Amino acid sequence: MHELRDEAPVAPPAPIKRGRAIVVTSGKGGVGKTTTTANVGAALGATGATVALVDADVGLRNLDIVLGLESRVRFHVLDVLEGKAELDDALVSDKRVPTMKLLAASQTREKDDVDTQAFRGLIERLRERFDYVLIDCPAGIETGFQNAIVAADEAIVVCTPEVSAVRDADRVVGLLGERVSIRLIVNRLRPALVRRGKMLSVDDVNAILRLPLLGVIADEPGVIVSTNKGEPLALDVASATGDAYRKIAGRIAGTDTSAPDIPREATFFEKFFGGRR
Amino acid sequence: MIDFFNRLFNPKPSSATARERLRLVLLSDHLALAPDVVESLKLDLIAVISKYVDVDAANCDVTFEQQDRAVAMLANIPILGMKPADRKPPAGPAAPAAPSVAQAPEPPSFTDSAPATVAAIHEPVADAVIIEAVPGSPVAPKPRRRRRRRASVTPAPAAG
Amino acid sequence: MSARRIVITSGKGGVGKTTTTANLGATLASRGQRVCLVDADIGLRNLDLVLGLEKRIVFDLVEVVEGRCQLRQALIKDKRFGELLAILPAAQTRDKTAVSETQFATVIDSLAEMFDYVFIDCPAGIEHGFRNAIAGAREAIVVTTPEVSAIRDADRVIGKLNEKGLPIRMIVNRIRPDMVRNGDMLSVDDVCEILSIELLGIVPDDEDVIDTTNRGEPLVLTPDSKLAAIYDKIARRLEGDIVPFTPLAAPSFLSRLLGRKAG
Repeated sequence: MHELRDEAPVAPPAPIKRGRAIVVTSGKGGVGKTTTTANVGAALGATGATVALVDADVGLRNLDIVLGLESRVRFHVLDVLEGKAELDDALVSDKRVPTMKLLAASQTREKDDVDTQAFRGLIERLRERFDYVLIDCPAGIETGFQNAIVAADEAIVVCTPEVSAVRDADRVVGLLGERVSIRLIVNRLRPALVRRGKMLSVDDVNAILRLPLLGVIADEPGVIVSTNKGEPLALDVASATGDAYRKIAGRIAGTDTSAPDIPREATFFEKFFGGRR
Repeated sequence: MIDFFNRLFNPKPSSATARERLRLVLLSDHLALAPDVVESLKLDLIAVISKYVDVDAANCDVTFEQQDRAVAMLANIPILGMKPADRKPPAGPAAPAAPSVAQAPEPPSFTDSAPATVAAIHEPVADAVIIEAVPGSPVAPKPRRRRRRRASVTPAPAAG
Repeated sequence: MSARRIVITSGKGGVGKTTTTANLGATLASRGQRVCLVDADIGLRNLDLVLGLEKRIVFDLVEVVEGRCQLRQALIKDKRFGELLAILPAAQTRDKTAVSETQFATVIDSLAEMFDYVFIDCPAGIEHGFRNAIAGAREAIVVTTPEVSAIRDADRVIGKLNEKGLPIRMIVNRIRPDMVRNGDMLSVDDVCEILSIELLGIVPDDEDVIDTTNRGEPLVLTPDSKLAAIYDKIARRLEGDIVPFTPLAAPSFLSRLLGRKAG
């Protein structure tokens, strides 16, 4: 049988890779969106997945400082959107997690300066290159929020067990609508207060929000220490909080099918010796 | 217990790290938010350097870069040529470096002195002028004693 | 005599602006001042919730601006303080572009004729909502926590407030003396040095805050609460008294053992 060799067999075109675009949002400020984005991103990156972290909080950027990368930022999202810098020049590498890159926000511009469609295009470009694109959403439900959600088809809602946060999260869930698959992270739980009836429980929160639970993070001083130092806890193998973030990353990736743990109160022993880190 | 051993072997508290990082990042933020100050600084810089060499003023550029231990000002000042011999620069404070190749930078001292360390100037490429500034005062650092790192490849006075 | 108009802002969300507005306002009312609290967080209102007044909202700020009701009709008087504390709630279903800076300032002007103090609870951020909130103000209180992101955002906001020429004082919220002592948290002195703003108050982290906001009760109604005493001091400083700052002690070993927070 002769084989025609004047033309090499044509391989089918490689499917355009499309990473997952996940927006991390909350409505209420200060509940831990940026910390969550940084840690979940680092945890995903540590497994070898390629991750792009995008800070959508124009004017009040913090993803860079939480990651400890603030001294490495040269260009930001608006520089790329306005053609002043190439995407590759703006992406900041992290020596600790080689597959993770940060795209910082501008500190001096405004959220209204971002063209929504251009931002969507940027996220699409990033999805072609990265397995995961995590977008750190600003507080509120204004332009910044609307831009951040435009290109995502998944959302993580971060909520603390406090009335204002739950109310705002509920509003955001409503605004995200049906097309986005949404999951919940409950942050800053204080199990002792829940037991004493002074704080809402995870069930209380989810009775209102009714979302699939991705994970629960207990309130602990280690988080503040980690942002002081710019060292995400997800990279600290000894940290219980880091472990919680790593499990969340596993659930996102589909490699961890366990149900989330609800953190329990520290035992007397743990209190005596200063608690788990 | 674990915290105790941690503190024993990692003596620098995170609050100290936080202070240092905030100082730098706020300085960086303030500079980015004051383009008029940067413009004035650039014009003054060009004026000073023009006393010694002819520069291409139209193509001068001044940017700020946050580095690990300091915020550095990077000035790109294309030098067109030396001033003619009969037009000596005016007598004044001693020039920080004679315009010869491979001039060693001044070693950093243990007390705050002149804010600028000028790297060797050689034609035609301009060099970085590194100025360490403290938040609140655009150019002059506060007179505080700080430990300085020995200058390494790029001569930059480091924050303590 | 026209009221003092004070915006309470921060840049960073979640550092305690609404809690501060509610508690400071309630404390001043309990000291006999006529106080109005304005929720400028249109779309994500929370001042009503924190004060437990959410069920009494009939009209809101946007309806006042659009002329669909009188200002007096929208004000909710908090019966626990007689006639002395009122709030003007935000709209929940609109967004911040529903009101312009001029319109907002006009509402504040009207309120200033009716009260001794008008506090404006500013939303997070530095966009439209922030610009509205500061439009009617003559003074500012910046609330920050001793954390890197909060301080950075406060710095940005201070820059914006300086552009408007507003006098600024600062409250450092949620300080944890045990962590400060361990070097795990920036101290109040650190924050003051970095931001260079006159200090109005230091509020420690306290689990009572969560509990009272759950119940919609300002802290001043729990008189033995340590935080009530602190807000009282802040109120007095605001009124012009010189009140020294009490150094916050780190908790004793025993109280740490038993899991109690610093006070």
